[in-house]
Amino acid sequence: MKSKFIPLIFILIFIITFVIFYKGLKNPNIYTPSTNLEKEVPPFELKSFENDSIIISEKIFKNNDYYLMNIWASWCIPCKVEHEFLMKLKNNEKIKLIGLNYKDNFKNASSFLNDLGNPYDLIVSDRDGTASIEWGAYGVPESFLIYQSKIIKRFIGPINNEDLLEIQKLIR
Amino acid sequence: MKFIHIFLIVINILNFNLLKADEIKSENEIAKNLRCLICQGQSVHDSDSEFAISLKLVINEKIQQGMSEEEIYSFLKMKYGEWILYDPVFNRNTYFLWLLPILIFLAGGAIIIKKFYYKK
Amino acid sequence: MASLIGSYSLSFGLLFSVLIIFFSLRNLKNAEILDKKIITLTFIQFFFVVISFFGLIISFINSDFSNETVFNHSHTTKPLFYKISGAWGNHEGSLLLWLLVLTLFISIFLIKSNQQPKKYRIFTLLFQQIIIVGFFIFLIKTSSPFNYIFPTPNEGLGLNPILQDPALAIHPPILYLGYVGSSIIFSSALAAMVTSYVSKEWAKHIKQWVLASWVFLTLGILLGSIWAYYELGWGGFWFWDPVENVSLMPWFALTTLLHCILVMERKKILTSWAMILSIATFALSMSGTFLVRSGILNSVHTFANDPERGLFILIFLFTLIFLSIFIFIFFHSGKEKIENNFFWLSKETSILINNWFMMYFLSVVLIGTIYPIFLEVITANKISVGPPFYNKLILPFLIPFLIAMAIGPNLNWVKSDFKDKFYMMIFLTISFLLSALIIKQFDINFLINTILVTSAFFLFFSTSREFFVKRFRNLSQNIAHFGFSLLILSILFNNIFSNEVITNLKIGETFTAEKFTINFENIEQEDEKNFKAIIGKFNIQYLDGSTDILNPELRIYNQPNIITSEADIKTNLFTDKFMTMNYVQNQEYFNIRYQVKPFMIWIWISVLLITFGGSLSFFNKRYEI
Repeated sequence: MKSKFIPLIFILIFIITFVIFYKGLKNPNIYTPSTNLEKEVPPFELKSFENDSIIISEKIFKNNDYYLMNIWASWCIPCKVEHEFLMKLKNNEKIKLIGLNYKDNFKNASSFLNDLGNPYDLIVSDRDGTASIEWGAYGVPESFLIYQSKIIKRFIGPINNEDLLEIQKLIR
Repeated sequence: MKFIHIFLIVINILNFNLLKADEIKSENEIAKNLRCLICQGQSVHDSDSEFAISLKLVINEKIQQGMSEEEIYSFLKMKYGEWILYDPVFNRNTYFLWLLPILIFLAGGAIIIKKFYYKK
Repeated sequence: MASLIGSYSLSFGLLFSVLIIFFSLRNLKNAEILDKKIITLTFIQFFFVVISFFGLIISFINSDFSNETVFNHSHTTKPLFYKISGAWGNHEGSLLLWLLVLTLFISIFLIKSNQQPKKYRIFTLLFQQIIIVGFFIFLIKTSSPFNYIFPTPNEGLGLNPILQDPALAIHPPILYLGYVGSSIIFSSALAAMVTSYVSKEWAKHIKQWVLASWVFLTLGILLGSIWAYYELGWGGFWFWDPVENVSLMPWFALTTLLHCILVMERKKILTSWAMILSIATFALSMSGTFLVRSGILNSVHTFANDPERGLFILIFLFTLIFLSIFIFIFFHSGKEKIENNFFWLSKETSILINNWFMMYFLSVVLIGTIYPIFLEVITANKISVGPPFYNKLILPFLIPFLIAMAIGPNLNWVKSDFKDKFYMMIFLTISFLLSALIIKQFDINFLINTILVTSAFFLFFSTSREFFVKRFRNLSQNIAHFGFSLLILSILFNNIFSNEVITNLKIGETFTAEKFTINFENIEQEDEKNFKAIIGKFNIQYLDGSTDILNPELRIYNQPNIITSEADIKTNLFTDKFMTMNYVQNQEYFNIRYQVKPFMIWIWISVLLITFGGSLSFFNKRYEI
């Protein structure tokens, strides 16, 4: 009795292991943080992109508007891809675009904007990348849709057409 | 349950990470226990990605502000999820992770003792 | 052309498996002795795989980019040595290498086992052929190294520069010799059960294979570790990365088996356990392959991930596991003779204790590695299990393990009492005082570190003394255990006393740490054939006035376009000084990492000693374990 029991348990364990490995194969092995971890807009005090004046986050997001906070850099290739969609948002009255210029230098970044157009209402610069971490970001580009000082939607990676439609729907 | 408690206490004493070391040391210690989101096989300490370099600055900043090691972990856990911590917390999800090896160790000991016991 | 021949030889090789299985089954029923034809067929099969393997190497040497594998992993400007090693530096080629070693080993097995019973030999061959067929199909169906691309590209994509390293070039072949050696142990254990040959004679016969696989596996892990240290630029040698864990698990199982076999070749006890271990060793090697190649785990190793491949290995692996469980239940009689009498204090017990701890360490690594997969599938929570977990669960258990290891080999078989109590007490006292003295100077984690170092010193002294007491008896075991004590000591000292600084420095700046100052003097540019180098000049001054000049490098490769950082390492007998420099986007500063790592070289030396000890018993029976 006992001698049959133990192998059976082992077979059961192996079957479970098989099923779990089988299911595990389908999961992506790259981790992306859940997009609804952070709700409150993290406060920051950053230098403005154009000059050295300090910009405080509380003064930006206080209005009853929608904001899209976009982390970008001129050296980031996917940022070029998403740029056209940001330009489409520029004309929308209901939303203001805030750029967070990530580890960039002024010269490259401004020629980037001169070439492709400037969709932002305001640009702050994050020279050493620490402010982005407060936002829970880990790469460029990333975007946060903000309403009444709350993050309502987060986009990891470049904004594509689908994301654009979703944003337009949300702010309607 | 009592045993588990005692066991955890013993483990904690044995591994108690330096109480008050100098800053560089604890900054490194913290970065070693964090997993980098860019090169996902590496710790933040080992990684040289932009993210990791910035995160090290943030850790340093937080230490300057007087945050404790635990506070920094929970801060980052809030931002990036539990995944970023290399040292899994002991909770409902990880009971098995921490206790199964110990159970196997005890079972092994029991088997060896039984071997002698039976003979007598 | 070479690819074409290689591709055809593979199919022929598979065909020969069918022939071998057919003749083996016929031979099993009819003749008394092993049919010579079978051995010839096995050799021919091996020969075909060799041709196929050379076909791939030649394609790599000729940079034949009509071959997809060559196109993906090679480049005309690559040095010849790395063109050749590139043949097995990728998924497809490395599987071909597996197959090569599989067929090589079964051929050697057939020659070496001519003293063994016929039925046992044939069954081993049959089980081995099941594995070989599995790999043939896997290779041909899902990962053929000979896929053709048309039109032929002019240039290949190149091999990642961090893989262009001599240690990494020979790391896979050596590691596979270990992994595949375990397949022979697996097949032979199954065959021994089916033919009721589980005996002392079997143990004596298989010990050679266990030892050989163990030596190769140890060396393979060492090479991987050396590569990680010199090439990755993180200044560590072990990261508890899943891929490393996956090679460590079969190592634990093999080490356990090795000790278990030592008992079994003297008495017919622990047979079931030896069978389970033989099966487990290979199953773990295979699961390692599964975990690494399927992309189910997230690790630094970059193999192209393909779920189809993962599924194939998964099904194959579990077929083998269920086959072995089936054989174990129905064929293996666990009844052992009354030889099972040994006493509490005996060598047998100490080996059991070794087995016990080894299994514990194995289970920690196994659970730590696969637990996140289980958790994610069951609860959708993602966690990471990293170095702190392993340190917490392994380090405390190392203490009794080391002490048992110091005492065990001095005991007699069957019944013993503590010998040389006097020496033991003296060693223990000296070890304790010595460690307390050393650790106190640094006053970090005083309690745990002192106890750990004490037990390591204790093992060190005990094994050192044995060299004088036992002379050449057990030399093999003695060297291996001595090497192990040295390994633990160096790892502990390396951990406790290493000193590191990570900082951002501009050219001309100075960073002052507790024990040294780093002076970033300037940078220079150099243009090489396939990369551009930025070399930093650093001057490090220590408190005692001595200085070091280190020149870490940044390399910007053109093909593929990758920036790597080359560490500058100054090695001497007692410390390594390790420096890397990294580029930070749009900043004037560089990210500098400087580490002082004591006893680094001793980690390599001690592992070499361990493998040397293991291989010694091959050459001279006198030294045998």
